[in-house]
Amino acid sequence: MKNEFSFFGTPAYSNKQISILVILRVVIGWHIFYEGFAKLINPNWSSAGYLLDSKGVFALFFQEIASNPTLLNIADTVNIWGLLIIGFCLMVGLFEKWVSIGGIILIGLYYLSHPPLIGFKFDAPGEGSYLLVNKNLIEILAISVNLVFPNSRLVGIDRLIYQSRISK
Amino acid sequence: MDDRENKNKNEDNSSGISRRDVIKGLATIPAVGGVLYSAYQRRKYERILKSGIFSEIGIGSENNPGQQSNQINRDQQIRLGIIGFGIRGEQLVRAAGFASESWMRTQQERAQASGNNIALNTFLDQENLNIVFNGVCDIFEIEAERARKTVSLNGHQAKKYSHWKDLVHADDIDAVIIATPDHWHAPMAIEAAKSGKHVYLEKPMTHKMQETYDLYDIVKKTGIVLQLGHQFRQTESYGKAKDLIKKDVLGKITMVQSNTNRNSPNGAWQYPFHPEANQQNIDWQQFLGNAPDIPFNKDHFFRWRKYWAYGTGLSGDLLTHDYDAINQILDLGIPRYVTASGGIYFFKDGREVPDVFNALFEYPDKDLTYQYSATLANEYNRPNIIMGHDASMEVGNTLMVYPDRRSTRYENMINEGRIDLELPLFSYTSGSEGLDAITSATERYFASKGLLYTIKNGKRVDVTHLHIADWLDSIRTDKLPACHIDYGFEEAVAAHMGTLSLKLGRKIEWDQTNNFFANVSWEEVIEVLKG
Repeated sequence: MKNEFSFFGTPAYSNKQISILVILRVVIGWHIFYEGFAKLINPNWSSAGYLLDSKGVFALFFQEIASNPTLLNIADTVNIWGLLIIGFCLMVGLFEKWVSIGGIILIGLYYLSHPPLIGFKFDAPGEGSYLLVNKNLIEILAISVNLVFPNSRLVGIDRLIYQSRISK
Repeated sequence: MDDRENKNKNEDNSSGISRRDVIKGLATIPAVGGVLYSAYQRRKYERILKSGIFSEIGIGSENNPGQQSNQINRDQQIRLGIIGFGIRGEQLVRAAGFASESWMRTQQERAQASGNNIALNTFLDQENLNIVFNGVCDIFEIEAERARKTVSLNGHQAKKYSHWKDLVHADDIDAVIIATPDHWHAPMAIEAAKSGKHVYLEKPMTHKMQETYDLYDIVKKTGIVLQLGHQFRQTESYGKAKDLIKKDVLGKITMVQSNTNRNSPNGAWQYPFHPEANQQNIDWQQFLGNAPDIPFNKDHFFRWRKYWAYGTGLSGDLLTHDYDAINQILDLGIPRYVTASGGIYFFKDGREVPDVFNALFEYPDKDLTYQYSATLANEYNRPNIIMGHDASMEVGNTLMVYPDRRSTRYENMINEGRIDLELPLFSYTSGSEGLDAITSATERYFASKGLLYTIKNGKRVDVTHLHIADWLDSIRTDKLPACHIDYGFEEAVAAHMGTLSLKLGRKIEWDQTNNFFANVSWEEVIEVLKG
């Protein structure tokens, strides 16, 4: 256990471990970034339909956002740029901890707005079958893995930032 | 490895950033290039596909006729009167800018309970139309008082009229909104026109045939602005539908289907009685008007739509909305033939008018049949469809154009796999900035939900508000309103043909030259329509 936190708060990993962790981080980033990018370039995109389709205890909250043009505009903007920034940072390994938390919150909102609970049917067509656990939840957990097994200080821009800070 | 590396680092802090650090620090940046390059390639592919479809069909993806904003000078205040403050009358007054206290209370309670209320917000966002109500009239005293309170704001006091004629002739009234039972529509509108008042008239335009001619003539003669209450004239997507059809996206249209699907007592006009209503606070004789003189009857008073003496049945009450929408899109005019049938199958509550009704409108010179079907006892969502040889268009707040498997026009695109038959060729949602070719499954699902309101210049708007505003703006600028008297005449005749066919049990023919039915005598018309 001596080596557990041996590099500025980063655990020591084997080559296999670090490779998988970095690949995981990059593909999550890729996915999130492209979700944002696809919305950015579609002039007709709006989260209104998705929000109106919300079910569960938080449904009213999401529907309220959808029915207020100002709030909707803010939600759309925050969503697009949130996705782009989080996705980009995860890919390049920048501010790993904070964007991981941001990603968990953002995708957590998706999960809460469309919880795959018994008895809920959504208009958004799903390509699979989900019960309690869906891909949003899995992505949240995948980002959580990244949060508790940080790796951008080993492979990522964070490495340069911390190195330069340390060397001062 | 990293462990060892770290140890080395810790031993030699002064060495700064090594080459290894730079390589590892920047190692994943190519992923950004990767995603951007893939996104670019995908977009290029979709652009080619989309522009190919648009250019082949000959339409642009960005034109959007429904979104122009018209700047009308509303400095001149218009003085209104309202006759009839029932369900619809109250809605119209609200669309004009005045909500009743009870409505506001209910909506605010709902807003508090749910944290939000679209109906309330939409009302509060309505444009100020610069009007004042100087007169209200309802023959049910309680509603009359409610109407007066609703429109008497900020010290202004509206006058309560106990007889509609006095309101129509009042000097301090420029225009009247008529939301009474159908058998009162034309008599009041004619009197108002004679008195030089502009009229917003609920549908159907008339209850009888003779008054259809009379109202038409007086409106033409006096030049008053009559707006018939088909608020769907303001539904933005219908303008788009018209535009697409002009561009021949559907090919030759031979069939149009529209439907009414309701399944509730309210939807079937079985409204609750007002608990305090009685013979003392309802002017029964004024209600009857030209209807047969019968004793006071709450069922007839509150549920007049169920009886021929006051209402027009499914043909006049609900078909007219659909017919007018289709007429707006396709300019069909009066059909040459109408065949209709129906029955009282579900609501065996003593009503006279059918609860299931079907009508065929034939336009031989246009090679087209319009089929209307209504049930008040089933809510299965049968969409309204305009069917052409090359594609079908589902018409609602959202337009969906589905290519036809056997289309001639799209044959090559279908064979080349550029058109997916499972998905709409185009979709258009009210308020969006343009047409969307290649709709994703998700968008299709959301769009099919439809919207309660039309979207104008990015704002959610009640179509009835727009329809009232259009009427008032037409008065101010002396232009024709959206649903003017010519459309009204077509609507009324079409509705009467439906009722005549239903009751006479035969195909009714319209003689355009004589402006009368080709195969129905005046005696029969009077027998069926009571005038």
